[in-house]
Amino acid sequence: MNCYLGVDIGSISTKGVVIDENKRIIASCYLWTEGNPTEAVKKVVKNLKEQIPETYTLKGIGTTGSARKLIGLLLDANVVKNEITAHAIGTMTIHPDVRTILEIGGQDSKIILIENGIITDYAMNTLCAAGTGAFLSSQAKRLGIPIEEFGDIALSSNNPTKIAARCTVFAESDLVHKLQVGYPKKDIIAGLCKSIVLNYLNNVGKGKKIVGPIVFQGGVSKNIGVVKYFKEVLKEDVIVDENGHLMGAYGVAILSHKTATDKVYSWDIANIKFETKGMECNECSNNCELLRIYKDNVLIETTGSKCGKE
Amino acid sequence: MGNYRVPAKFLFSHILKCKILEPSAITKNTIEIGSKYSPDFVCTPFKYTLGTLIEDLDNGADTVVQFGGGCRYGYYFELQEQILRDLEYNFQYINLVTEGRTDIKKIYKDLKSIDKKFNPIKALYYLLITKNIVKYMDTVDDYIRHNIGFSDFKRMQKLNSKMLYEFETAKGYFDVKRIYKKYFEKIKAIPVNKPDNCLKVGIIGELYTIMEPFANYFLEDELAKHNIEITRFTNAHYLLFEKHKKIKQYLKNTPQITYTMGADASDNIGRTLEMCKEGYDGIIHIKSTFCTPEIGAMPIINQICKEYKVPIIFFSFDANTSETGIKTRLEAFYDMLEMRKKL
Repeated sequence: MNCYLGVDIGSISTKGVVIDENKRIIASCYLWTEGNPTEAVKKVVKNLKEQIPETYTLKGIGTTGSARKLIGLLLDANVVKNEITAHAIGTMTIHPDVRTILEIGGQDSKIILIENGIITDYAMNTLCAAGTGAFLSSQAKRLGIPIEEFGDIALSSNNPTKIAARCTVFAESDLVHKLQVGYPKKDIIAGLCKSIVLNYLNNVGKGKKIVGPIVFQGGVSKNIGVVKYFKEVLKEDVIVDENGHLMGAYGVAILSHKTATDKVYSWDIANIKFETKGMECNECSNNCELLRIYKDNVLIETTGSKCGKE
Repeated sequence: MGNYRVPAKFLFSHILKCKILEPSAITKNTIEIGSKYSPDFVCTPFKYTLGTLIEDLDNGADTVVQFGGGCRYGYYFELQEQILRDLEYNFQYINLVTEGRTDIKKIYKDLKSIDKKFNPIKALYYLLITKNIVKYMDTVDDYIRHNIGFSDFKRMQKLNSKMLYEFETAKGYFDVKRIYKKYFEKIKAIPVNKPDNCLKVGIIGELYTIMEPFANYFLEDELAKHNIEITRFTNAHYLLFEKHKKIKQYLKNTPQITYTMGADASDNIGRTLEMCKEGYDGIIHIKSTFCTPEIGAMPIINQICKEYKVPIIFFSFDANTSETGIKTRLEAFYDMLEMRKKL
């Protein structure tokens, strides 16, 4: 039987999914990137391989996420796709009638609008990390509360504190101020969750018509506090899928299935020697930062050059 | 800006007896020194042009010529002159447009002060040829842009730069025409393999960011890789010789605009409506950050696109823009257009 691998290498976490011919997820893996995408991918692939019976042959690999190009080279992927398309494809396969996808990840957040199975509009946060997972987790550290408990604590509050949500830095100083004047922690946590929602809708969802069915994805969708406030503010039901965090990887696995050829891919990437060397080219005043990528000591790609030099 | 240094050099080298320094190509260094001495919130072309000026003065230029107008661009000169004087540069500044208008007497006096033998009749003759060079350049450029995704574009670009090189040393009116014909025929002879239903995308926006490839991170090249037919409306020929006629047409045909809004903002609204009616697959709007006329035009453009259901994407370019974010959004835009086309 054939199977297809999709890998989504995000800033915070790396996700891997293996699907069969019928687009069913037969194995999945989720772990922290920890600033080392190549190592994370090696771990993910090893983990997935152990979950899958020997009878499957790997016929396609797709990569997405912010390290998609690098990992695409490492895995020799047949599809390298941006995360917006990948998320939309994945979500539409599971929820064919979806109209709006809200996605909040570690470093970026996006909104995708869909009509009749086609993406009609999308937006990504472009300037600021306010209202992303990174902001929530840094505030959790400040409050000394594990991020996993955030949602439950937020739900226990009936009176969320208002927190200035425009910008991460302002939100943080407002939060400190509210703590120092004595607001209860649970109200502040609830306020934080609400501020994420308001910030997202004001910055990313700005001017977009959000219609149901709405699917909410990304790491932050695991926070039931944020989900609650999305429902409250949008006055619509918000679907959170159990596999929501895997949708990017799932989408790119489907794309890889579509364009697969007869080529058979190997699971053994743990032994591939994959090196990158950074250098500054001083041949003109552009001073490009070149990144040379070596696979088993052979130069396979140079990125970052403006003139096409290798 | 772009390749327009060629006609500029041609003009001044023929009408003035002095050494013309070719401005160095824009690089990361240009924008770095430009940003260093510019107010942070000024529109980005100010930073690029200031950077270029500093580089050229460092290379030994003692006279600089600039013209501009239409928006804040019309005041760049005064501010840049002050900044450069504060940096203790010594030079003569010739502004072809002062306080928003062209004062022919003043320009004559300025040019006369550089070269005592300056002859206005001769200048007029070469101005005419320069006009033709710009026209030919833009015609060839438009053709290449239209077909770049479907042919051997490296060969096209090579022939194009050869043509520009020969323009520099052209002898006169007929020589320029001959060079143009020779190279345009060669370029046209390169086979173009364009399917009938390829994606058609129009690029509109603020003029500097559109015309200087460095300032928009070579966006057009990126699009061409995806086999998209690209149309761009703004070029030097449009700005100098067509705009005044075309804008009246836009104002008449577009109910959304009554007055000109400065720079190309109204033109872009007019073009958006035209493109929506002509069935373009998508529109890309690019501008430099803090470009006020375009900021005013964007909501109207967005509204028109919504009515006609034509996808549009807006990009803002600054010295600090992340290239990755732009590439990701551009890729998704291309995927979206392709999905729509297939259904």
